[in-house]
Amino acid sequence: MHRLARDYPVETRLFFVLLAMCVGLSLATDTFLTLGNITSLLNNNAVNLIWAVGLLVVLIAGGIDISFAVAASVVQYLAAQVFMTIGGGNWAIGLVVAAALGFGLGLINALLIYRLRVVSIVITIATFNVFFGLLMFFTRGRNIYTLPDWWTDRIFIFEYQSANGTWSELNLSVGIMIFCAVATAILIGWTTLGRQLYAMGDNPEGARRAGVNIGFMHVLAYGWLGMMAGIAGLCQVNIAKEVVPNALYGRELEVLAAVVLGGARLGGGRGTIIGCILGVLFVAITQNGLNLLGISPFAFQMIIGAAILVAISTSNIDLGLRRKAPAP
Amino acid sequence: MTWLKRTNAALGAETLPLMGFAILVFLAFSLATPLFVTGRNLSSMAFQMPALGLLTLAMLVPILSGGLNLAIIFQANLSGLTLAWVLIQFGGPEAGMGAFLLGSLLAICVGALSGAVMGVVVAYTGAHPILVSLAMMIFLRGLGEFLTRGGDISGFPEFLNTIGYGTVLGIPVPLIIFGIAALIWHIMLTKTKHGFSVYMIGSNIRAADYSGLNTKRTLTLIYTFSGVICAIAGILMLTRFNSVRVGHGEALLLVTVLACFLGGIDPFGGFGRVLPVVIALVTLQMLSSGLNLLGANQHLSTAVWGLFLIAVMALRWLGGRLRNGKGED
Amino acid sequence: MPSSSAPYALRLSHVSKTFGGLKALDHVDFAVREGEVHCLAGENGCGKSTLIKIVTGVYRPDPGAAIELFGEAKEGITPGEAHELGIAVIWQDLALFPHMTVAENIAFDRMVGALPRLVRKGQARQDVSAVLDRLGVTLELDARLHTLPIAQRQIVAIARALMGKARLVFMDEPTASLTQSETNALLEIVRTLSSQGVSVVFVSHRLAEVLEISENVTVLRDGKLVGLFPTTGLTQSRLGELMTGTALSADVKAQDRSDAPPVLELKGLTRHGEFEDISLILRKGEVLGITGLIGAGRTELAHAIIGRSQPDAGEMKLNGEVVQPRNIRQSIAAGIAYVSEDRLSLGLIQPQSISDNTAMSVLDRLLNHVGLISSTKQDTLVTDWLTRLSVKYGQTSDAVSTLSGGNQQRVVLAKWLATDPKLLILDSPTVGVDVGARAGIFRIVRELADRGLAILLISDEVGEVLMNADRVLHMAEGRLVSEYDPHQTSVDALEAQVYA
Repeated sequence: MHRLARDYPVETRLFFVLLAMCVGLSLATDTFLTLGNITSLLNNNAVNLIWAVGLLVVLIAGGIDISFAVAASVVQYLAAQVFMTIGGGNWAIGLVVAAALGFGLGLINALLIYRLRVVSIVITIATFNVFFGLLMFFTRGRNIYTLPDWWTDRIFIFEYQSANGTWSELNLSVGIMIFCAVATAILIGWTTLGRQLYAMGDNPEGARRAGVNIGFMHVLAYGWLGMMAGIAGLCQVNIAKEVVPNALYGRELEVLAAVVLGGARLGGGRGTIIGCILGVLFVAITQNGLNLLGISPFAFQMIIGAAILVAISTSNIDLGLRRKAPAP
Repeated sequence: MTWLKRTNAALGAETLPLMGFAILVFLAFSLATPLFVTGRNLSSMAFQMPALGLLTLAMLVPILSGGLNLAIIFQANLSGLTLAWVLIQFGGPEAGMGAFLLGSLLAICVGALSGAVMGVVVAYTGAHPILVSLAMMIFLRGLGEFLTRGGDISGFPEFLNTIGYGTVLGIPVPLIIFGIAALIWHIMLTKTKHGFSVYMIGSNIRAADYSGLNTKRTLTLIYTFSGVICAIAGILMLTRFNSVRVGHGEALLLVTVLACFLGGIDPFGGFGRVLPVVIALVTLQMLSSGLNLLGANQHLSTAVWGLFLIAVMALRWLGGRLRNGKGED
Repeated sequence: MPSSSAPYALRLSHVSKTFGGLKALDHVDFAVREGEVHCLAGENGCGKSTLIKIVTGVYRPDPGAAIELFGEAKEGITPGEAHELGIAVIWQDLALFPHMTVAENIAFDRMVGALPRLVRKGQARQDVSAVLDRLGVTLELDARLHTLPIAQRQIVAIARALMGKARLVFMDEPTASLTQSETNALLEIVRTLSSQGVSVVFVSHRLAEVLEISENVTVLRDGKLVGLFPTTGLTQSRLGELMTGTALSADVKAQDRSDAPPVLELKGLTRHGEFEDISLILRKGEVLGITGLIGAGRTELAHAIIGRSQPDAGEMKLNGEVVQPRNIRQSIAAGIAYVSEDRLSLGLIQPQSISDNTAMSVLDRLLNHVGLISSTKQDTLVTDWLTRLSVKYGQTSDAVSTLSGGNQQRVVLAKWLATDPKLLILDSPTVGVDVGARAGIFRIVRELADRGLAILLISDEVGEVLMNADRVLHMAEGRLVSEYDPHQTSVDALEAQVYA
């Protein structure tokens, strides 16, 4: 426990804050700790979490990407065209197509960043504009409603009817989310590729000299995020039942905030799946809790913003003190 | 050659190539459509650019210092909201000049305060500016939506049109405001102690501190000034749209970053000038207006802006390769 | 110890390397026997790094070179091949990963490769422990690297190099940031390696340790081979001459300033955990040396004097008046200048111009009547100081990083002298400065003292302090333990005290 607190200070602290919030909300409301609330919390945050684990990989590798949310919209649109062309499809084909399209968009980012040796924020701001501009141009901002049935039908991986008759269900998206999180955890925590990603984020020059293929690592990191973005896009359509070209626009910064709140370091080399999940949950539970406490929905964002501001400032004060401890 | 060198030294190495680019874009659109070089189009460009320009100035200095300010749009919105509130208190359409001045003053205070909070957090806790301003952005957006319930606020006095749409000696008032702001920013960066510190902090904040520069004060001021200029942009946007809505101009956030990078600001901080950024802004505006005249919509120009940034980066990379192409090390 | 008849691990002859018309290496011969500790000596830019990069396959030599590795003639080497053959390099910047654990760092090289494999943590830990045992050191395997002191990171880097079947290890300036006692521990490890049959090529410009550790020295100058010398019978001054091509003077320059008025007076200055009860008097025109190991509290004392930290007790007087600066700006105003030991990241802002770096600390004096910085005033001030300190530069608008170490240190001095200080604190002023350029720095220091500046010279290079200070104080474990008169103390005697 002590070791955990030392090696993962941000994650540990966030865990206790979350725990306190959950206990508090369970006592303050009789709706928070119900199966129905918890399942809907998971359903509503599956998309964000899939993005978050993808973004985590890029952050660990020392980059940043803000094009992923609009990339997901592009994937939705292109996937809809693909499904129309092949006349249907199913979830397996859907996942492969979305992952491949997403990977392709990530590949564009990776190659531009690596080949032109430009910092990732510049390139992804550029591709953000390109993706979004072209998407809106070609779709003329119109929604697509004619989607294959398999895509819009609800599939539940868990159903439960409680004594008073209310149903609690988990969507397929939650299953996909768990799969994505586990896959990412294996990639970054258990494989040699993950070690090389951390190394590149931690000390790019050191990694290069050790023989790490930097170009390949860029493709892996941005491609992985692209894949996750595509899969998340697929899931989002399943929830929304339509393709709206600007539906995901603007969500990238909130996901970024959540991941960084979970201990991933801008600049690379640090970050864990657990922290990433905790970060997303923190934002989700704050929102959910305010809702249950009957606070005006317009105040959500304000309070979340303030909470993040406080969290960031205080966690850095801690780190500052720790840094001073060993004499320079 | 020496002339070239001297010009580069005086204006920054980015200026001449960008100027060439701008002229190229201008000529291309002039040839493509007779509507481009018309008084109407030029003046509409001159009215449209300043709001984006002011917001870009607000983004510029934080980037120079090695940070970023993602909250600029909502700082501008909330400042506009403050002015709108004061105007409404004084009777909406009947409000007088005094109300406008008071409202503007309060708006600038709101901008400065939100900036100062970010500056203090960045300076004293060492938190990353991207995160601090991201949190501030989410907070301000929430606050604005909370106060307006997501709606529009309108009903302002007539005379505000002279600011949003008026001209002095044929020059649009917004452009004059932007011109003055850009000039002040240029002088601040090149001629004042504060500007000097901005560049040094952008390159190496610890060494700047060891050399006796007041880094904490500089950081606080950077974000405070950024907030002030956001407020001016917010006031200008109010007079142009004759209404305030939280989220107005949200799409401009990344465009300001794009303009800075296009104008040769070093993304890591420490290097960059105002003039090339202004040229980059003019170029972006010409692209947008020109494409519009050619029948493309706003979204296509968004895409072209992005492609344009990639093209500039690619050319810069090519130029670098040609220069250092021979030999290794 | 291997005999001189051991087979060659590496033999290079007629190696040249040309970059864009410039010869970085010009027909150099270099040979290392198995189990030998061989030093590669020379000033910055003499071609040492190029030579290492050729042996490790980073560069290809110009045609005409002959390379023989472990008895086999090679046409050229690729990095992969060098790794296969057991050639490892410990770079000066270590190339480690600060947020990874010790074990992860040491075992990193087996993680490299595009094919995904599962990390076998248990196996890796065993191998890491085995390597550390072989080096005779213990480290906490799960500690994050950035929490370790530099000396331990150095050991991590060595252990990492030995994880493969290292037979020929290059160490590029391994002691540059170590204290003497840490250096001694490192040298012990080098001897252990050598006794296990590993050849070590030791690159350093600290002459004392070159002579102590190695059997042979190859000296390079301007890309050319000066010669191969056995270390028995070689003296530091002779080696310095070989490296620089000029004779170095090694005279004690101490003068008696005991009747000059005091500038800095410390009485019982204490900051708990850093330094205790420091009392000293530094007089006008005097160079007062403070030597001792890193961690003895020398830099911490300097930080308290310049207001970076606040003392818990005691009093500080400057020119007879009690002062207590709260930050560096106040200390500058009081007339104190501090040349940091870390020139690369604290002393200068490397990417910015020479001009701005020089003018940084005196901006107030550059303002014109409307309060804006006058570029004319800045140019005048900067060129004046650069000329006075004979800095060699192209244009004042060039980045300061384009200058050599010695010239960079002169720019730091210019920056601080421009503030018109009464007290100048020099903290390890010759770190990363060539032997030849060091003399120039100390010539300036002496001139400044002669003009009445009080100078506090902090360094763990005992010989340097003894040659250049008027009095030497020895600091150990946060306290001043004794004072030495350079005229009556030998370097060996003082070193024996300091490193006891």
